[in-house]
Amino acid sequence: MTVHADYRLSQLDELEAESIQIFREAAAEFEKPALLFSGGKDSITMLRLAEKAFYPARIPFPVLQVATGFDFPEVLETRDNWVNRLGLRLVVASVDDAIRDGVVIDDGKTSRNRLQIGTLLNAVEQHGFTALFGGGRRDEEKARAKERVYSHRDEFGQWDPKNQRPELWSLYNGKLHGGEHMRIFPLSNWTELDIWEYLEREQVEIPSLYLAHKRRVIARDGMLLSESEAVQPKQGETVEEKMVRFRTLGDMTLTGCVESEADTLAKVIEETAVARVTERGATRGDDKFSEAAMEDRKREGYF
Amino acid sequence: MTETAGPNTGKLQMDLLRFATAGSVDDGKSTLIGRLLLDSKAIFEDQLEAVERTSTARGYDYTDLALLTDGLRSEREQGITIDVAYRYFATPNRKFIIADTPGHVQYTRNMVTGASTADLGLVLVDARQGLTEQSRRHAVILSLLRVPHLVLCVNKMDLVDYSEERFNEIHHEFTSFATKLSIPDLTIIPISALLGDNVVTRSQKMDWYAGPSLLHHLENVHVASDRDLVDTRFPVQYVIRPKSDAHHDYRGYAGRVCGGILKPGDDVLVLPSGLPSTIRGIDLFDTELDEAYPPMSITVRLEDDIDVSRGDMICRPQNAPSPTQDIDAMICWMSTSPLQPRQKLAIKHTTRMARALIKDVQYRLDVNSLHRDLDTKQLGLNEIGRVQLRTTVPLLCDPYEKNRMTGSFILIDEATGVTVGAGMINA
Repeated sequence: MTVHADYRLSQLDELEAESIQIFREAAAEFEKPALLFSGGKDSITMLRLAEKAFYPARIPFPVLQVATGFDFPEVLETRDNWVNRLGLRLVVASVDDAIRDGVVIDDGKTSRNRLQIGTLLNAVEQHGFTALFGGGRRDEEKARAKERVYSHRDEFGQWDPKNQRPELWSLYNGKLHGGEHMRIFPLSNWTELDIWEYLEREQVEIPSLYLAHKRRVIARDGMLLSESEAVQPKQGETVEEKMVRFRTLGDMTLTGCVESEADTLAKVIEETAVARVTERGATRGDDKFSEAAMEDRKREGYF
Repeated sequence: MTETAGPNTGKLQMDLLRFATAGSVDDGKSTLIGRLLLDSKAIFEDQLEAVERTSTARGYDYTDLALLTDGLRSEREQGITIDVAYRYFATPNRKFIIADTPGHVQYTRNMVTGASTADLGLVLVDARQGLTEQSRRHAVILSLLRVPHLVLCVNKMDLVDYSEERFNEIHHEFTSFATKLSIPDLTIIPISALLGDNVVTRSQKMDWYAGPSLLHHLENVHVASDRDLVDTRFPVQYVIRPKSDAHHDYRGYAGRVCGGILKPGDDVLVLPSGLPSTIRGIDLFDTELDEAYPPMSITVRLEDDIDVSRGDMICRPQNAPSPTQDIDAMICWMSTSPLQPRQKLAIKHTTRMARALIKDVQYRLDVNSLHRDLDTKQLGLNEIGRVQLRTTVPLLCDPYEKNRMTGSFILIDEATGVTVGAGMINA
């Protein structure tokens, strides 16, 4: 046999192959998985990979969304288009419902992001999900750099970073006891740039918010927040119209945008390649509070 | 939509190199990684600012780049790296994934974990000290895990006046030690991580050194040929049966190619049943492929309607692993309660789960001296030894030295569900 020197995969193809393997492995081993879908670029990438992993069959698990009540309408629209195109079951766990049912307590001081934790864990218990696919990437944040692809959660939904299961080769250990569940991160080895390049290559629908557009924004805490019912200018703040795009999409009250002229994915990629600030540092109020903010939220069961 | 999908059609023709580093605080490993990340612009301003703030708060005179790589709060407090951390950076030619592992003997299991997926291992020594017990151990572990490429960085050359003689001494010492190991490709580079000599660009201060800088070597080392393109191994992961009108009769076997090149029309054998068939088609999403090779995730369709399920393996009639229930392997033990004969554990090999009985611990390997301790009949935490096991069902395995994917397994404690051992099958 002639062995060609070019039997190699591009890095995007290799990442894709690894993620597809993870989806198939988890679908084979877990009784009741679900895909955590936020509507952001990482969850869209996950859906695309899951679509490829099981094609021509349907994705064999539902999509779970934790609705903060402050979700961008563009995100919900994209979510519905994806769910309809792939014929998926959508489970929505709403923070508002969780507050109403007393599952979580809104004391007026806790961010919606924190309230999502209780809402999510309650949904996991209610539906009996044993595995949740999350779009976390190790390049996002220091605590994530050490997280496994299969990340074990105890019966309280907690992560124990000092007691993680060793993870070798591509042999994932899916053993669980009653009440425990697994968080599975198929995008562990992807970087922000990989995600953009993949989405551009795949030509799939993403929320329009990711591309530069005109928007009324308020400068607050070093971030640009979108003006909305929930976000109104405080004393001394002004509303300005700017060309902006979002690098991450979360709770509208906490997710900032950046000034940008990048109105195509190719231009976004160009900007990302030369970006000098991490996406969370630039646009996420929830990670700014302390150096260990993400680690603390992850211990409690955050995705 | 599908025209752009599929292998080798991505816009960027970068490939991927996974490398593992091992070392402790003193070798300058964190400084070296920090420098690679910084010089390749993989560190962002806010990350650097956070590290500068912490360094100032602690009263350091310099920015401690080690803070960039020590992620968990307890590690930052203790000032040690206790787990495997993954870092990412890219140059125009290649994307790199670093598995950054602690160097101390009590974290051998973390080093084994990091090395298990690495194409290349990087060992650091301090030019003033030369080879230490620790650097020998790192080389032994990389060789046990069959990491195909090894780079020895002789660091802190600035502190020995960039002495060629000192470098040659260490070079000689290491190459003679390496003859006892299995290292297919060895490169030795004199560097100063602190000052950047021979890290990204060739140093002006060591004109006696004719080799590449570290980054140049990492960018150019050829890894595609490390994969086995001859012995076809395709463990079935998942059976795809759409049960829809459009794809009524579709039955595909999904999995990752672990070895060889698969093509439509190839005669194949399904193990353990031993039933023959022919590949009808190979699918990657909605594209039909002419061939598939490692490490692609694909779906194989067969001509014959035979019983194939998860855990089975598709291979070629004249080239198949022999199913066996008796396994002889090197095991790295990862639990505080020791591995002992008569112990029963769960075992995961490729896509197959079984139970295993430990029959004998033949010897314990001293990873510092390579001495075989035949008197010990158990393995403690972080110890490596040769072990015989018997499994409940036959495993379709190859020697680890031939195929890292079909030659490896993990052991799981059935009571706690925790991964307690990593195994490499002997020939």
